[in-house]
Amino acid sequence: MGSHVWRPLYIAAALIAVVLVARTFLVPEDFGIHERGYMYGWHRKGNEAEWKAVTVKYRTAAYCRECHADKAESISRTPHGIISCENCHGPALNHPDDPPTLTIDRSRALCLRCHAALTTPSSGRAKIAGINPETHNPEAECTLCHDPHNPISSQGEALAKRHEEGGMQGASERGSEAYPSVR
Amino acid sequence: MNRRDFLKNSITVIAGLAVPLSALELISPRTLLARKEDGSAVRWAFLVDTQACVGCGFCVKACKTENEIPYEAGITRTWVERYVVTGKGKSCVDSPQGGREGFTSDRIDQGEEGHRELARDDVEKAFFVPKLCNHCESPACVQVCPVGATYQTPDGVVLVDRKHCIGCAYCIMACPYGVRSFHPVHKTAEKCTFCYHRITKGMKTACVDACPFGTRKIGNLRNPDDPVTKTIMSGRVGVLKEEYGTKPQVYYLALSREVK
Repeated sequence: MGSHVWRPLYIAAALIAVVLVARTFLVPEDFGIHERGYMYGWHRKGNEAEWKAVTVKYRTAAYCRECHADKAESISRTPHGIISCENCHGPALNHPDDPPTLTIDRSRALCLRCHAALTTPSSGRAKIAGINPETHNPEAECTLCHDPHNPISSQGEALAKRHEEGGMQGASERGSEAYPSVR
Repeated sequence: MNRRDFLKNSITVIAGLAVPLSALELISPRTLLARKEDGSAVRWAFLVDTQACVGCGFCVKACKTENEIPYEAGITRTWVERYVVTGKGKSCVDSPQGGREGFTSDRIDQGEEGHRELARDDVEKAFFVPKLCNHCESPACVQVCPVGATYQTPDGVVLVDRKHCIGCAYCIMACPYGVRSFHPVHKTAEKCTFCYHRITKGMKTACVDACPFGTRKIGNLRNPDDPVTKTIMSGRVGVLKEEYGTKPQVYYLALSREVK
């Protein structure tokens, strides 16, 4: 065979060699087929550790209880005891070191997540006391009258009574089904 | 046709039939539980009780904060859908901003078509369905990745290597559940990690911790005493789009036929 056949073959072989050499430098050592096999396991093993290293922001109610045991205990006896502290108080991160204070969400929008009355007969929502946000004191903050840490306190009972007497829509009408003590 | 041709053709037909049959084989959680000896001691699975969900959206908010997803960006790793079914069998689905701010109105968000309001008496049933990555046993998104950037860990979690991902979005197209999105900051494929940084520390996922109603639960399928495993094995659970053969590992209690 003449050199006109060998020359392009040499070039092709050289290119393959370059790719293979470059590959040894560029592909990380821990890249390969791991436990999940050829089909689903190709990856850089070190990436698993990178995902494990993401900062935990929500430290859960157990973390809050370490210092605020009294608050945690009292709220656990109310219907709101099922809500994680951090849902309203924000993620704890490394509180009290960083951040020293948490920003509490007292907005109407937060309460309405559960307490806006919806037509959802086949979900848990139907069992929660709901109001119509457009007619139930639209200008007022909920915390003006309601205590989120103690939603069925004596103050709450007085409120329910006032709702009935004053013919206000919402809480008393639907709330009575969920929390009979409100009435 | 002679005997030789007849036999040849029969074998071809049988072989052809055998392939789709094996491809149609559906997952039983029991097989995952039984595979304890040969691999990891952990296989994460998720349980969603659609009956309990009230559509508060705390899970979506917590997920976005915990996993550093830009809050205003139109992507989310988990979302809550509302299904409203009328007596005539018509169903409407919406998920405004993924349910990030919860559901506070009876108006159903129909995207470009605007809003829709159904008369109270017309509504036969209405409920909420939280969605997230199914961490399938046969993840289609992993198969299609051309660079080995997305993969499954030994404990069954599907992750994306942001350093290797080239942003081609094949995986986003391949996922039958639409759980993948494109991260606007990292410019890579983005998906639920089952909060890998939390579950590997013995915590629950951020969405599970944020849910006041116990709608979401995470458990280890390889631990027969795990309450989630017990429910999956003995309860009436369903999975989404079982016919795709991806063997999803997010199980739903009280799944309705309208849910896709």
